[in-house]
Amino acid sequence: MDINLDKIKDKAIESIDNASDLKALDDIRVSYFGKKGEITAIMQRFKELKDEERKELGKAINLVKSAIEDEIKLRQKKFTEKILGEKLKREAIDVTLPSKKVNIGHLHPCTIVYNDVRKIFEKMGYTVVTGPEIEYDLYNFEKLNIEKGHPARDEQDTFYINDKVLLRTQTSPVQARVMEKGKLPICIISAGRVFRSDSVDATHSPTFHQIEGLVVSDNISFADLKGTLTVFAKSFFGNDIKTRFRPHHFPFTEPSAEMDVSCFKCGGKGCRFCKNEGWIEILGCGMVNPKVYELCGLDKDKCQGFAFGIGIERLALLKYEIDDMRLLYENDMRFLNQFD
Amino acid sequence: MKASDKFLKYYVKDLDVKGKEFSEAITMTGTKVETYENLSKNLENIIVVRLDKIEKHPNADKLVVCQCNTGKEVIQIVTGAPNVYEGMLCPAVLDGGRVAASAHDDKEHPDGIKIKAGKLRDVLSNGMLCSIGELGRPADLYGGDDGILDMSSIDCKPGDDAIKALNLDDTLYDFEITSNRVDCYSVIGIAREVAATFGKTFTYPKTTFTPSFKDNSYIKVEVLDQDLCPMFATRFVKNLKIEDSPEWLKDSLRAVGIRPINNIVDITNFVMMEYGQPMHAYDYDTIRGKKIVVKRAKDNDKFTTLDGQERELNDSMLTICDGEGAIGLAGIMGGENSMITKDCKNLLLEAANFNGVNIRLSSKKLGLRTEASNLFEKGLDPNNAIAALNRACALIEDLHCGEICEDMIYFYPKEKENVNRLLQVSVDKINNLLGVDIDALTMKKVLDRIELTTEIDGNSLKISVPTWRQDIWNYADVAEEVMRFYGYDKVDESLPNLDIVPSISSKSDIIENASMLVARFNGFDEAMNYSFESSKVYDKLLYSSDAKERNYIKIFNPLGEDFEIMRTQLVNGILKSLSTNYNRGLKEAKLFEIANIYLPLDEKIEVLPDERKTIAMGGFGKNLDFFSFKGYVEEILSASHVKGKISFVKNENISYMHPGRTADVYIDDVCIGFVGEVHEIVLKNYDIHTRTYLLQLDLKNIIEKSDFMFKYSEVSKFPRSERDLSMTVPKDITIDKIEEILKVRGGKLLESIELFDIYEGAQVGENFKSVAYNLSFGSKDHSLTSEEVDKVIDKIINGLKTLGIELRK
Repeated sequence: MDINLDKIKDKAIESIDNASDLKALDDIRVSYFGKKGEITAIMQRFKELKDEERKELGKAINLVKSAIEDEIKLRQKKFTEKILGEKLKREAIDVTLPSKKVNIGHLHPCTIVYNDVRKIFEKMGYTVVTGPEIEYDLYNFEKLNIEKGHPARDEQDTFYINDKVLLRTQTSPVQARVMEKGKLPICIISAGRVFRSDSVDATHSPTFHQIEGLVVSDNISFADLKGTLTVFAKSFFGNDIKTRFRPHHFPFTEPSAEMDVSCFKCGGKGCRFCKNEGWIEILGCGMVNPKVYELCGLDKDKCQGFAFGIGIERLALLKYEIDDMRLLYENDMRFLNQFD
Repeated sequence: MKASDKFLKYYVKDLDVKGKEFSEAITMTGTKVETYENLSKNLENIIVVRLDKIEKHPNADKLVVCQCNTGKEVIQIVTGAPNVYEGMLCPAVLDGGRVAASAHDDKEHPDGIKIKAGKLRDVLSNGMLCSIGELGRPADLYGGDDGILDMSSIDCKPGDDAIKALNLDDTLYDFEITSNRVDCYSVIGIAREVAATFGKTFTYPKTTFTPSFKDNSYIKVEVLDQDLCPMFATRFVKNLKIEDSPEWLKDSLRAVGIRPINNIVDITNFVMMEYGQPMHAYDYDTIRGKKIVVKRAKDNDKFTTLDGQERELNDSMLTICDGEGAIGLAGIMGGENSMITKDCKNLLLEAANFNGVNIRLSSKKLGLRTEASNLFEKGLDPNNAIAALNRACALIEDLHCGEICEDMIYFYPKEKENVNRLLQVSVDKINNLLGVDIDALTMKKVLDRIELTTEIDGNSLKISVPTWRQDIWNYADVAEEVMRFYGYDKVDESLPNLDIVPSISSKSDIIENASMLVARFNGFDEAMNYSFESSKVYDKLLYSSDAKERNYIKIFNPLGEDFEIMRTQLVNGILKSLSTNYNRGLKEAKLFEIANIYLPLDEKIEVLPDERKTIAMGGFGKNLDFFSFKGYVEEILSASHVKGKISFVKNENISYMHPGRTADVYIDDVCIGFVGEVHEIVLKNYDIHTRTYLLQLDLKNIIEKSDFMFKYSEVSKFPRSERDLSMTVPKDITIDKIEEILKVRGGKLLESIELFDIYEGAQVGENFKSVAYNLSFGSKDHSLTSEEVDKVIDKIINGLKTLGIELRK
């Protein structure tokens, strides 16, 4: 058989290289390997050959065949890549177009602050306890060493339902309820809505939120109180701030203190934000007054501990520099959706 | 409580710290300075001048040209004030000086006003003659602003520093006094703290005097209501000379904002500032029967107080009467009938002690709060009253105001009992409480400084507590005193050493958080509304007059009608907030609130009400409808792992909801809330003019039905087979009936169903609707064959037939 395989191969490769698209390539493949293809035709004539010739030719054909096929594949790959490239190019978009909004709602700033404060104390091992918002006078005042006739009980400050029942003015009644159970040690925070009959203005609201803490064991000291609240203040306002404890008075505690933090706007140098004092008042605290242990049925000689109370709204106003408390209860979504 | 630097220095003579340094130190020992101001702020280069010659201004009718003697020279100043006269002494600000305010405007001048020499209508003026207002002081304290301040009666000469001559070289402090330190509502009380803070000597004012005569029957004092008046003391002064007070006394009062009147009134005011003890001066000659009776008034008694107002009394109010009737409202205000006038000849001076709570209530009922009532209601020390009375007499003597009687006629049955208390406290206990290690001697020194005279007795302190310290009763009280002067800032910081097990989150916390997440992930912002609202809300929400929600708790003393009841629903809050957003032009608003509602358990609220934690979600805007809200309900219940059958049952009877588009939500047979579209009329009431949707769920009920102890269920690893069923359904068959059949008949192999089309119209006939479901089947242990699925489908079709449902071809 007189076949010039090399010539076939060269011709095939030349036509492959000249093919203009995938379709042309496929036509070339068919013209060699299809039913009527050139190579197929040669293979069909194999039976005319002797074994030895057949073997030799077979080898040669296989070589040519795979050479052509490889070339086709290579060429195919180039074409597909080109097509894909064009497609991707066509599909290009303007990435500066606006996003499709994922509309996730926002928590109220007071809830955010509450969660932050709560987390700090929970990490220190505090348990969250809740209590009623409409409360007995007994727990809100009497057991907390605020006897009848005390100015803090004045109708001007307290909303009464009747002689015995009122809207709690503080979250401390929860503490009285916990102490009354008599189990030591106590290490709790209680939080929630409280009520005072202040008229609504930029700095007052008749409803606000408090978070209070109470730690009682047999040896808790004022030093522990300072340490704990400094940890809180640094966790909440940042490690750079300093705390200052000033003497103050609360009927519930003795000794009592107010904690200031160094102004986080000016670093304590004095600015408009801190009214030039360099300090910002944050919370009230103190050692639980021995009289309160007695009133709550604990042994005052075996109990020593501290309590503190934080105004959530106050922290929110400070943290976000909100200058009007009324905004917190207006529920304008353009205000609310700024907090996360 | 206000006190000036000069005032304090009467008692702490060597006080040498002022302003910021003073404020910071005294704040740290417990007497917080709220604000302080330098009275000579913005006053510079102001001297006393004498007007030697006054001439008409050549070019202006309303101006005059003054030749002013400065002690060294004569300078020319032009002024427009009409009250100048030759020989007058007055303050003048010289060229380059500064005054605090302008006579020509009411504006604040934070940096003062600079004065320069210049020409006024062509005539040279080398400065400005000043009015009291221009010196930055309230004119009413100086008898009004009649033009240039006349200093002729003041001990000064031309060239003197006018600021000093007017005692304006002073700093005024405003202290925050805590309610336990009644003794610090007095300059003496603060001075005592100041002396202890700065390690200076505290000197009491002079309370001794030389009486001129004896008379032990000038008055008879009877106290009928001793519970309200534990002590009542009087002094008698004859041949009174009422005149102006000396400048030091006037200026001391002016510094703290009190207007000088005359020597007697000024003395009582000055002593009130010094001792924190109100006093009252009666014209002795007007007291009928030479008798004082202290007793409760009778209901409807009328009495004219010295401000000329007639007041109606009741039997809880204490009056001071003479032989015939009331001459004063105890502790609040004297009467017009006995007040001293400038012609008064003889004086009866009263210093008494009244029950603080009673004074507070009476003054509130009368709507009459005075300096005196403000002090009495804090609960004063009766012993202080006697000291104050003697102090007033010492001043009367010093100022030669009259002849003082030696006898003090007074009522004070408990005088012998009201003495210093002895307190014994353990040094260790104090150290333990504070977490410090202070030795007994240091503690003693600190306590002695504030007149808590202390003896060391082994490991304890024996303290003599003066009667003015009604706040010191136990070791904790003493610990505070020790720490105040030892230094709060010197206590080292530590952390509690406690054996505690932190608790896990409560179920209610988990559910509250899960609900918040569902709300947030669906784009709802958290709202907060007041817990109290107006009872009119219930009309706005169209509640029938006997609706159970109208059974609300009323606040006895609300801020006003708008805040008088405790809410029994969250709907009003949400609608009100949505309305705010709607009326500010927002096209879409979605809000949620989680809060308590308050349901009374008895009529008189003798037991605490049921506080139910509730969630409400509401919104308007595109893509919202009944079904999206139904979805939120399902999500909340799913996130809460509610155990039980959840169903939505149409409710046409919620007054504020669309009757055709509202459903109650049930878990088993417990209704836990509702979901739906808000009624058109209600929306109008809230001024919202777009479809608005609401849900409200009782979280307490959900908590009861939730169970977080669930187990996982295995998922199939084999491919699912899906079938679509398209059916013709009689119109009145609700979807839940179809789904029940699908689920029951679908059995274990039916993994999920999805309604993908629902159609009503001509093509299916008037009484029918077309409904199409996609059903997915699967098994956990093998790939389903189509025969298996066909069998289930047949069962389902047979079931549907019982409802009159046919498959569509």
